[in-house]
Amino acid sequence: MKRRKQIDHITSGWMLICLFVVLLIPLVIGLGLVLKSLPILKLFPLSELLNGSEWKPMAGHFGFKPFIVSSLYVTLISFLIAAPVCLLSAIYLTQYARHWLLSLMQPVIDILAGIPSVVYGVWGILVVVPLVVRLASIWNLKTSGYCILSGGIVLAVMSIPFILNILIEVFQTIPIELKEASLSVGATYWETIKFVLLREGFSGIMAAFGLGISKALGETIAVLMVVGNVVQIPGSPFQAAYPLPALIANNYGEMMSIPMYDSALMFAALILFVIIVLFNILARLAINHGEYRC
Amino acid sequence: MSDSIIRIRHLNVSHKGIPILKDINLTIQRNKVTVILGPSGCGKTTLLKCLNRLVDLYNGLTVSGRIELDGEEILNRKNDLTRIRQKMGLLSQRPYPLPMSIFDNVAYGLKIQGVRNHTELANRVEYYLKQVNLWAEVADRLKSPASRLSIGQQQRLCLARGLAVEPEIILADEPTSALDPLSSTCIEEQFMKLKENYTILIVTHIMRQARRLADHVIFIYLGEIIEQGPPSEIFDHPQHPTTKEYLRVGH
Amino acid sequence: MLKRKRIEEGIFKTLAALATTLIIAVLLFLILVILKHGCKALNWDMITKVPQGGFYFGGEGGILNAIIGSFYLALGATGLAFIIGLPVALFMNVYLIRHRFWLNRIRFFLDVLWGVPSIVYGAFSFTLMLFLGLRASLLAGILTVTLLIVPIMIRSIDEVLRTVPEGLLESAYALGSTRTEIAFKVFFRQALPGIVTAILLSFGRGIGDAASVLFTAGYTDYIPTSLSQPAATLPLAIFFQLSSPIPAVQERAYASAVVLTFIILLISLLARLLSSKYKEHTIK
Repeated sequence: MKRRKQIDHITSGWMLICLFVVLLIPLVIGLGLVLKSLPILKLFPLSELLNGSEWKPMAGHFGFKPFIVSSLYVTLISFLIAAPVCLLSAIYLTQYARHWLLSLMQPVIDILAGIPSVVYGVWGILVVVPLVVRLASIWNLKTSGYCILSGGIVLAVMSIPFILNILIEVFQTIPIELKEASLSVGATYWETIKFVLLREGFSGIMAAFGLGISKALGETIAVLMVVGNVVQIPGSPFQAAYPLPALIANNYGEMMSIPMYDSALMFAALILFVIIVLFNILARLAINHGEYRC
Repeated sequence: MSDSIIRIRHLNVSHKGIPILKDINLTIQRNKVTVILGPSGCGKTTLLKCLNRLVDLYNGLTVSGRIELDGEEILNRKNDLTRIRQKMGLLSQRPYPLPMSIFDNVAYGLKIQGVRNHTELANRVEYYLKQVNLWAEVADRLKSPASRLSIGQQQRLCLARGLAVEPEIILADEPTSALDPLSSTCIEEQFMKLKENYTILIVTHIMRQARRLADHVIFIYLGEIIEQGPPSEIFDHPQHPTTKEYLRVGH
Repeated sequence: MLKRKRIEEGIFKTLAALATTLIIAVLLFLILVILKHGCKALNWDMITKVPQGGFYFGGEGGILNAIIGSFYLALGATGLAFIIGLPVALFMNVYLIRHRFWLNRIRFFLDVLWGVPSIVYGAFSFTLMLFLGLRASLLAGILTVTLLIVPIMIRSIDEVLRTVPEGLLESAYALGSTRTEIAFKVFFRQALPGIVTAILLSFGRGIGDAASVLFTAGYTDYIPTSLSQPAATLPLAIFFQLSSPIPAVQERAYASAVVLTFIILLISLLARLLSSKYKEHTIK
């Protein structure tokens, strides 16, 4: 018995150690990023860093605005494409379609979710970029195709399995009796969806969107391959841009050669980290809030 | 001399081959309280849901037979569902207030029908809330979410919501089983009041409730009608051995 | 008025069906495109040889360095994540089951951690490496990817363990087992197929990610023979070959993409098969 107790102690000890290691991870990362960002934060006020549009590291100008705007712009476009598609599809799959279609969709979603970022990037280059060039020619605009729109489309396709999964789960947790209650006073099926289902699942829908947005903000490789990587504040979706993750990924090699550059890039990583963690916290809280109400 | 409002002929419902309701033949009398009695899982709820076609929501169910409401065939796919459903109000076992304010809950059915006039909506909401004895308790917070009410209040709200579209028939599926005794009594009183203007069909497994409320009792067991008649007959002089056994064992 | 409602419903229903078809179509289209472009350059050499001289200019060789490098990396990271992650998941479900509050907090925490993008881990690791004076290596890559997949590993195993009925737990306690014994003998066995699925899931995530290995694992034409050597990875192989101006090399990039996609699809299939097998044997 004593030996069993000893084993029990050792294993629970190991479990606690692992638990602490895991709990410390974000703390250490956050701390590390902050420490590395301090040099540049001491040199420039925060507002100048975030609002400045000039990015000339060799001249000591670090304005992050083009990157922040690029990130937001490309994420916005991906959201505008992905959100309605996912919402409509989730409604169709859970409310209208036969069961077998939903079962068919599950592996489709899983596979889409598992395809690596770089493969999406390849697909983007092969398909999306030429498509965007043709699209632009309809409006008589010239573009290389490596632009915000391409990035947005690729990101949209990447976010869809993610958002769709959560939406399906949200709609499936809504009790059927609620729909029955609406139908029994004479509402049509569609009215029930509009006024009852969507309202009841509202916090879940918001959470799904929030998580999708935060994933899009953090996506690196796929976007990098199609977005053009030009430092500018993009005026139209057909112009190239330079989102934050791409900034970090493309320039880590030069980090050490230019003073303050490494600090600037770590600051970019810190911005990303903070925004995404915040989005995730809010989205997860919304999901939990929705669950407790059932 | 009351006439029949619903006629059910040869109703059969099965789920993936397993029969739930077998050859049901029934007549429901107007402006009377009909109680469907029986143990859990014997098809009572399914019967109710056939009446307002909620069975359409469930994929694996096969329904055959005829149900006539005021002469109109309900099961005919071509008929306008919403109108048929509006004739019947449903009260389920657990109250399911819609995710909106108290006012909007009651006004929901009215808005669906196209009533837009604010004064009219307000008046009718007040009227129906008063009918279910809820007005006094909620008059000052009509815009607050319905989910904040107690279960008993929610059930009354659901009743008001159902009444607001002026159905002819009220279908109640074990309406008090989730409620405390005080709220249960309240709901039962409502039913006694409503009997004058509505036809009420209550599904229950509580015998005392059936005895209190019923004008007519139908005993269903394993999807078949075993026996039916006025409560005095069923409870005091049951004929069928299954009925006798059920009454003996209690609910 | 009813007619208007019907029309509205019809429109939205059609749009919704279209949206669903669109999603399925995009997936099929994506795989087809990759296959179409990739199969041209795909041959035995590609997957059995390392780059020979001039490979990046169209010369001989293949991406074996990247294939093996990726496997080493993903295996190492998955193994490490498992050693750290399994105890945490077991801890949560055996010890913390009475402390709902903390259990929920930790689950929330892990869910948020799941959302941290790989570029952040990559940037952090790189900084740490610079600070410690380390060079890009297989080990650094493994450690970074471990950070990335640990939340996935823990939560996936946790989700599996959650389905073990509490009655099972209670009977084990009643028979006098220590908590460790319960953890391993009861949970583990019951949840084994599900745990393997979780491992596969994490492995798939680890092998396909580029941003976390970009700075940390380096790149090389050779198959790493020790942890301190840099390692090539499939995502980076694709990326670098694609950046070449030579069409022949670009085609090789597509072929590499086929290889990577194939591996991922295989893992996905395995995970699906296992999880349906899992559903057969569990006690309900």
